[in-house]
Amino acid sequence: MNSSSTLQVSDVSKSYGKHQILTDIQFSVGTGQIVGLIGPSGSGKTTLIKLIMGMDVPTTGSVEVLGERMPNLGLLQEIGYMAQSDALYQDLTGKENLMFFASMFLMGKKEQNERIAYVTDLVQLQSALKKRVANYSGGMKRRLSLAIALIQDPKILILDEPTVGIDPELRKSIWMELVRLKMEEQKTILVTTHVMDEAERCDILAMIREGKLITSGSPQELKTRYGVTNLEEVFRKAGGEAHAHNSSR
Amino acid sequence: MRIIALVKRIVLQLVRDKRTLALLFVAPLLILTLMHFLFTSNEATQTIGVVGANNEIIDGLVEQDFEVVNIEKSGNLKQVVVKKELDGLLSFEEEKLTLTLENTDPSQSKMLQGKIQQVLSPTLNGPVIDIAYVYGSEDTTFFDVLSPILVGFFVFFFVFLISGIGLLRERTTGTLERLLSTPIKRWEIVFGYLLGYGLFAIIQTIIVVLYAVNVLDMVLLGSIWDVLITNGLIALVALSLGILLSSFAASEFQMIQFIPLVIIPQVFFTGIIPIGGMPDWLQSLSKIMPISYGANALKSVMYQGHGLSDVRLELMMLVGFAVVFIVLNIIALKKHRKK
Repeated sequence: MNSSSTLQVSDVSKSYGKHQILTDIQFSVGTGQIVGLIGPSGSGKTTLIKLIMGMDVPTTGSVEVLGERMPNLGLLQEIGYMAQSDALYQDLTGKENLMFFASMFLMGKKEQNERIAYVTDLVQLQSALKKRVANYSGGMKRRLSLAIALIQDPKILILDEPTVGIDPELRKSIWMELVRLKMEEQKTILVTTHVMDEAERCDILAMIREGKLITSGSPQELKTRYGVTNLEEVFRKAGGEAHAHNSSR
Repeated sequence: MRIIALVKRIVLQLVRDKRTLALLFVAPLLILTLMHFLFTSNEATQTIGVVGANNEIIDGLVEQDFEVVNIEKSGNLKQVVVKKELDGLLSFEEEKLTLTLENTDPSQSKMLQGKIQQVLSPTLNGPVIDIAYVYGSEDTTFFDVLSPILVGFFVFFFVFLISGIGLLRERTTGTLERLLSTPIKRWEIVFGYLLGYGLFAIIQTIIVVLYAVNVLDMVLLGSIWDVLITNGLIALVALSLGILLSSFAASEFQMIQFIPLVIIPQVFFTGIIPIGGMPDWLQSLSKIMPISYGANALKSVMYQGHGLSDVRLELMMLVGFAVVFIVLNIIALKKHRKK
């Protein structure tokens, strides 16, 4: 919990009217770490991501990215975002999609071309660049989404269920890529997932249930703390404890 | 810079969507043509009643493809027309020639009147025909009045629909959220959309106006540039309103539901139904209908031959509507991103 952390979520609560979505979420992420946000659907993961990106403001508490408080339009330059659904322009080709988003980050022509070449090489889409996205397969669309998230060479990557609906092979290659980005380019990566073997690959896990952070720490720490051998157990135990704790209040 | 990229993208998307392009550019022409023929058709046989006419005149009328009905006793001429379902009644009584026109359809009446004058002209010397109307008056010429309104309405309608659905699609496919996760400013999105779709709206306006004037021979007394400028403003209002309302629609189907709510009521206040005869509360309602100003301005320019300075007020109102809608658009995007 120091001020030099890349991402700092402090006592964040969010409610829409009477509906409480998030309660007192608190965690921090250092540079070059992969954080896994784990929780069942409807637990508030996507809302938390919206708050981190500054698309919405927390009811109480604050989010700081790179030491500055969100929402902050300028900081979006440093955040690469990949949404849960493939938000792509179907009528345009892969390259046109990349060029469009590159323009949104005010990149010059030369820089655009360099980055596009780099990110397409990364996700291995070179051969499909001139095809319209409407003709892409599901996996190609995911890869293009990831390429777009990387287009402006952001310091932070926020990926909302990047591997949902993807075959195991591609899932593996995406994770290898994420680890490589972390190791070689010191990117800070936040992923949401509910696949436990993906959780194993994260440096820090934050488990959320019903809008509350039930536990957090590295996979190994968590397993030791709860005296179990796999993360699924951790989630179950931590969730049970939180539940018991709540009902005893 | 971002706006230019946005405009480029919209143009690319639309150019590749041939169906939508066809809807934008061809559909208004089809409907205008259809309306043109509907309101100026002269194929139906007209029935005319005569009271006290000689054979020469009756033969003349038959030759003009009229169905002639001989009527014995006159009485109240207007009542006879209604009762016998005539299009017109020609009566010669006491040296006086009266033509009573049914006139539900002014263009038909005009044609009928012209034909009768043709028949009578050889035998007629001196006495003028007295013309009476069952409905309306001699000033009504339906398509002449209607055509400027139609031009404005179609521009409004199609631009509204396509721009609205354009932004809606961006919202439902998640690309708007994706776009808002870049540092683009909200006003840049709104202006990008206005410019991107505005380009197509201008092309559409030019095509519709040129077609209406040159192919359909619509009355154009004022300058064509004034018509284009007025229609351009109408398109701008439609564009900003379409984008604005699309943020209250969750699907394309819901966007279509705005047509009976927003578009159809506007039609009633374009002047197709005389606004002067409406109750006060309805008249004040017409003041919040953007298209009523557009239609007024177009009528002035096309039908009455006025210049832009004569329709200053209407044009300023259109600009006002556009500005309000644009500002509301920028605010409405806050729903998706707070800053």
